[in-house]
Parts: sequence; C-alpha cells; structure tokens
Amino acid sequence: MKFEKKSDGVYALDCCGYVCPHPQLYTKKAMEKMKTGDLLELVFDNPSSGESIAAMCDALGNEVVEKTGQSGKYTWKIRKAAA
Amino acid sequence: MNETANNNPRWAFFIIGFLTLLTLVTYSINEYYIYLAAYLWFGFVYGMCLQYGRFCFSSAFRDLFAVGVPRMAVGIMIAMVLFGTVSAFVTATGNSTFHPAPYGIHSVIAGFIFGVGMVLTGGCASGSLYKAGEGNVTAMLVILSISVSQAVFVDIGGWANDWVPYSWHQSAVAKGLPAAINAGDGWMDQYLAGYVWNQPVLLFSQWLGIREPFAAAYVGDVLVGIVLPAAALLIVVYFIWYRKGYLRKRAEAGLPVSGPGVEAVGYWSMIIASKRTAIAGLALGIAAGLHMYVMKGLQLKFGVNNFGTLMKEMGITSGLSAKGTVFDPGYWYVTTQEAQWVGWVFNKLGWDNMDNIYFGLENGIPNPLINPADWMSLALIGGAAVMALLHNEFKWKGTNRELAMWAIIGGTLMGIGSRLGLGCNVGAFFVRVSQGDVSGWMFGGGMVVGAYVGVKFFNWWTERKMAREMAAFAL
Repeated sequence: MKFEKKSDGVYALDCCGYVCPHPQLYTKKAMEKMKTGDLLELVFDNPSSGESIAAMCDALGNEVVEKTGQSGKYTWKIRKAAA
Repeated sequence: MNETANNNPRWAFFIIGFLTLLTLVTYSINEYYIYLAAYLWFGFVYGMCLQYGRFCFSSAFRDLFAVGVPRMAVGIMIAMVLFGTVSAFVTATGNSTFHPAPYGIHSVIAGFIFGVGMVLTGGCASGSLYKAGEGNVTAMLVILSISVSQAVFVDIGGWANDWVPYSWHQSAVAKGLPAAINAGDGWMDQYLAGYVWNQPVLLFSQWLGIREPFAAAYVGDVLVGIVLPAAALLIVVYFIWYRKGYLRKRAEAGLPVSGPGVEAVGYWSMIIASKRTAIAGLALGIAAGLHMYVMKGLQLKFGVNNFGTLMKEMGITSGLSAKGTVFDPGYWYVTTQEAQWVGWVFNKLGWDNMDNIYFGLENGIPNPLINPADWMSLALIGGAAVMALLHNEFKWKGTNRELAMWAIIGGTLMGIGSRLGLGCNVGAFFVRVSQGDVSGWMFGGGMVVGAYVGVKFFNWWTERKMAREMAAFAL
C-alpha cells in the first residue's frame, strides 16, 4: 500500500494487490484525513472493493469525478465533499 | 483493445467448452455421471452470480462495520428469501434433501470463529472461491488454508484428546459406532458423537406447531423463519447505516425529510441501491432452490439417497465411508469437499484418516475427480472466471507476505469454525436459514460478532500502516 502527497490538495493511494477490506479501509482513512475539496487518486484491482468504495462515497457525498478501468485495474479520482 | 482483452473471451469459451466436454464424456461412460454434472453446472451458475454481484457474506457484515455499506447485507437477505420460497415447494411436497442441524451454544461459537476468520481473509468460503476465479492468488491460498485446516482438525487426536470433557468421551463411546471409527479417540469425533449429536434440532415450523406441509413450509419456515427476521434486521441496518446519507441527499434535493412515507421510500431505496447485488441475490436464491429440486429428482430417478450407491454400482468403492456413502448434500455447500480433496492427498501420502466420523463414517474420501461436490466448487471457480473474463475483470493478482499471513490465519479459523458449526457461511448460515433451521440464525449471529471483532482489529492494523505512510508529509 502506498499513500503519498502528489501536490497541494492532491493525494495518491495505491492499493493494488490488496483484497477486501484493505482498499476500502485505506480509502476511508485517507478521505477522513483529507480536507474538503482535496482530490484522491485511487488505484486498486479488487473489483468487489469498488462496490464498497462507490457506496461509501455516495453515502458521504464524496464525488467520484473520474473512473477508469482496464484489465481488472481501476483508477478512480474522488473529491472530498464538505462534512 | 489490447491483446489481453482480445484473449479473454477465448479463455471464457475454453472453460465452458472444457466443462461441456467433461459432461458429455462422463455421460457417455455412464449415465450416473449426470448426477455429478448437475452439481457441476449449478456450481457454474453460482460462480457466475457471485462474481457478477460481488456477492460475499464476509462483506455483508464486515463492510457494515468497516465502512457503513449495507449492500451485501441486503443482497443476502434477498437471496435467502428467494431460496426459501423456491425450496419451500420442494419441502412441502416431501422432496427435500435438507436435514436441520443440532443447535446450541456451539453454533454461535463456531460462527464467531468463522466470522473473525472471514474478515481476516477478505472473503467468506464462497467468496474466496469466486475471487480465485478472478485470478486472485491470495484467495487461492485461503481455499488451501481452509482445506488443510479442516482435513487436520477432523482427525486430530493424541494431545487433543486432553481437551475433551469426559462426558463427551463417555457419550461418544456409548453411541455404538463401528469399531474402525474409534469414536472415543479424536477431538472432533468426541465433539460430534459426544456433544453435538445430543443437541436438539428445530425448524421454525416445528416451533410454531404447524403440521400441514405447505403451511409449515411457507408460513412457518419462510415467513416466520426468513422474511420477518430479515425485514427486521434490514430495518436496523437502515436506521444505523443508511438513513443519514439518504436524508442528507433528500435535503440537498429539497425533498421532505420526515414522515413514515419518507422512511418507507428510504428503506426501499436501500433494498434496490445495488442492482448488481439484487440481481445476483435473486438468481442465486432461485438457482439454489432449483438445485435441491433437481438433485432430489435425480435421486428418485436412480432410486438412491446418496451418490455412494451409484459409485458402487459403477464398481468404484475406493474412498467410500463405512456406511457406503460419500458427501452428497443435495444442495449448495462449500467446505466439506475442500476438506475432502486435501484429505485424499493426505491419505495417498500415507495418513490413515478414515478412522474418524467425518471421513470414515459420513463423507468418505473419494477421488476428487469423481467427487460431485468437488466439481461443484471447481465449476464455481470456472463460472466466476468466465464472468470475469467476459467483462475484462480477470487479472492475476499475486500475494504478498502480509496477505499470505492473513490468508493462512484466517483460513485456519474458517476451517475450524466450519467444522465446529457443521458448515460455513453457505452450509451453516445461508442454507439453514433458508430452510427454516433455527441453528442458521445462531451461526449467523456468531458470524456478526466475529466480523465486528475482525473489523476492529483491521481498523487498528490499517491505521498503523497509514500513519507510517503519512510520516513523510503533513496532512
């Protein structure tokens, strides 16, 4: 797992190789620590984690602004909403 | 499209072609192999549904506690209601292959151990099978771990006998089982014959005293045993985990946020929130019910109660139990065939593991190649792989030291929990609840508590790792 700051307000989280519940737990923790308006670039390759992450974002109002996926690898960009 | 995506459909059709060829070839050898083929193709359907719906019992409880997502809790309840409704007809007409399991505190403890394990591994027993079909090597390690731990646990004696209460030992010996089984030696034998078999069995219909078969099946077992508890549980889930986000979205849209109508709409929106999961739950439930019907039909056609009899008629006696039976549940099951294939390997390596109840008396250790339940699981993996390949979701994912550690520890707990509970999330929970067996909800209750503990642990573990990653920058 890699979590790093790319620039001001932009963070990258790589959960490739991890099975449930790690990608969704790390995504949740990353989003909790970020500020409103910050962007998270998330990479993961466990399809079922995507279902949980999407539902989690929907429930909290965080916007998944971009979703790409190829050959089982998914790259999502999630913007943190106001609490 | 890149080369991998181009090849995916070819691999999918290769798998389907292989399973079809296997069906045709075995049938041409002997028509009895249609029995194995039935298990195989239902397993294939289960695998496709599970992968399509990302259907995982571990997720049902884990993702509620970990990230507040009720998707799979809803999916399971849908599947159980459908399964129960379809199979109730089988039961009411006297054609069910199902037998309720003894219930007691052991059901809850077993569920707890299994629940912790399935959070650590990242998937339940059926979930690990479908994820193996997606190319997930960690899931394959989980399957191996569940299989080995069971095969060892059911035969362990020696020092393990010191952990058996004397009353269990006395009761087991008094059962008069065949001498070759040696029921007084071995932790699992004495647990089964000296304790579990003495516990009561109960269906909801029996508890309510309903005698008429159709009323018993539909009112007692389906309505009271499944629908009402499932609806009540989902009300709790709605209020704790779904309602806040739902009302927030309504407020943002300028819609009313109070009143029974609003709550009812919210409850329904939770039920249909994930179309994939709902469709998978529907299909799984119907398929599982039809599976019971088909297996009973084949048993009636061939005039048998167990595939072991058909094996004997085909001249295959190797691996049969002392009763002349092999594991043949007549419905979806996961863990026993996993114990059997490893048990068979151990047996071929010289381990005498037929002197116990689990293998020696009840389930046998047939050659995995002609074990119907084994083919159900292999085809489940195949069905999941086909679905993943056709949607370009198949990807070989290696494991690492951390994930391998969780796979082995969690898989071991799942193996032990499933043997203590006489089944896993499918055999001890999904099937039993769907058939109105009281022990099903007890195992499920244990799983919920176990999952909660597992999530608490992983929250702590991932927080530590996150803190290490963030040490390099301020957030």
